[in-house]
Amino acid sequence: MTDIQINIKNKTYPTAAKPTIANLKLSLNSEEFICLVGPSGCGKTTLLNIIAGLDNDYDGEILVGQQHTHPKIGYVFQNPRLLPWRTVRENIELVLDGPVDVVDALLEVMQLAQSQHAYPERLSLGMSRRVSIIRAFAVDPEVLLMDEPFVSLDAPTARQVRELLVKLWQQRPHTVLFVTHDLREAIALADRLIFLSAAPMQVVSEIVVPISRSERHSELAIESFRQQLLQNHPEIKQLL
Amino acid sequence: MLAFLAIWQGLAVYLNSNTLPTPEAVAHVFWQGCVSGQLPFHLGVTLLRLVASFTIAMLLGCAIGIVLGRNKKLDAFFDNWLVIFLNVPALVTIILCYVWFGLVESAAILAVVINKLPNVIVTIREGTRTLDQDLLEMARCYRFGKRKTLVHVIWPQLHPFVMGATRSGLALIWKIILVVELLGRSNGMGYQLHLFFQLFDVANILAYTIAFVAVIQLIELLVLKPLDKKAMRWRR
Repeated sequence: MTDIQINIKNKTYPTAAKPTIANLKLSLNSEEFICLVGPSGCGKTTLLNIIAGLDNDYDGEILVGQQHTHPKIGYVFQNPRLLPWRTVRENIELVLDGPVDVVDALLEVMQLAQSQHAYPERLSLGMSRRVSIIRAFAVDPEVLLMDEPFVSLDAPTARQVRELLVKLWQQRPHTVLFVTHDLREAIALADRLIFLSAAPMQVVSEIVVPISRSERHSELAIESFRQQLLQNHPEIKQLL
Repeated sequence: MLAFLAIWQGLAVYLNSNTLPTPEAVAHVFWQGCVSGQLPFHLGVTLLRLVASFTIAMLLGCAIGIVLGRNKKLDAFFDNWLVIFLNVPALVTIILCYVWFGLVESAAILAVVINKLPNVIVTIREGTRTLDQDLLEMARCYRFGKRKTLVHVIWPQLHPFVMGATRSGLALIWKIILVVELLGRSNGMGYQLHLFFQLFDVANILAYTIAFVAVIQLIELLVLKPLDKKAMRWRR
């Protein structure tokens, strides 16, 4: 695994008056779980699309190690974007080029082995989210992009999928960029929090989450860190 | 079906005219046609022409339709031409094909293809315009490549449009192919019907029509319905 440097000097949509992203620098350490927190509409999805190579109309560079290239991506979108005419298993196998042995293990961890031959329309929201997470891990990406993947789930389901995600990530560590506007969710997941401002998007502050992984399931620990964070960093209040 | 036969029989007996033979008479001619091999031969010839022109029109039409649906510039350029070809009367293209290329098999097939092609292109183009952009983006970021994207992402979404083009296309081709045969071939259903018309042989005209309806039903039942079922199995 290699570190990744993202340096976007300017991204302006043709119809927009001012840039969406200006002078944004991020450096992602290998196997680090990073949460990007910012107000909605601040361009987080744009940023992920640039990293994914879906949007090439920008001024800047992305470095994987020493090379100018787009990293290999696993992308968990806001909606799962599964092919409805393929079963769960086929949806995962389709993104793989090589052997598919990895699929069984992934299905097992995400508790989907039973449903592997079901079509996506028959799955619950939480299940289809889990499938799209498996698909993203299956390609063994250099960066895993996650764009508010739990936003439309009810709280208990979101919590369950979040815990499964962490379990999977601990078994198979990858560099993760997880976008959210929910500070509690961000604290529960991240090694490092990056707070972003509204357009033009810039880094407001970066904070390492000191809570150990074993304590993350405690709502109390997360809540007290959240309070402390808001107190010590008043600048982030307006971003939430 | 029985009621239809009964009404037909009643009418035919009541009118007692050459213009409406009884079902029994039609069945007799039908049987004679089958035994002599005439009916299967001409039906077969027409079917071969149908398969050839349908295959060419669908393959070309799907390819062009997908390209136009995904490329705005090309689409704007060809849009007017498409409207013109959609509206040229079938008879004109048929006559021109025969005049330019002679009374040969390829001219007949070409005439049918030219009549069908714009229809397929328009249907598939509309389908391509409605493709789910989210899924295409997913395919791009998971590096599906062109072939995989076409087979697994685009084609399944186009399926209803392809089936629509197939059904309306078969109906259209049947109609045009008979005219093509009537005007410039010496075999096939169109040629035979023309012959029976000149002989005023209504029984034979009806017998051929029935054979033709039966074939259409068989195609629907044995080919199109199973295809639909297979493609739709993922739906709730």
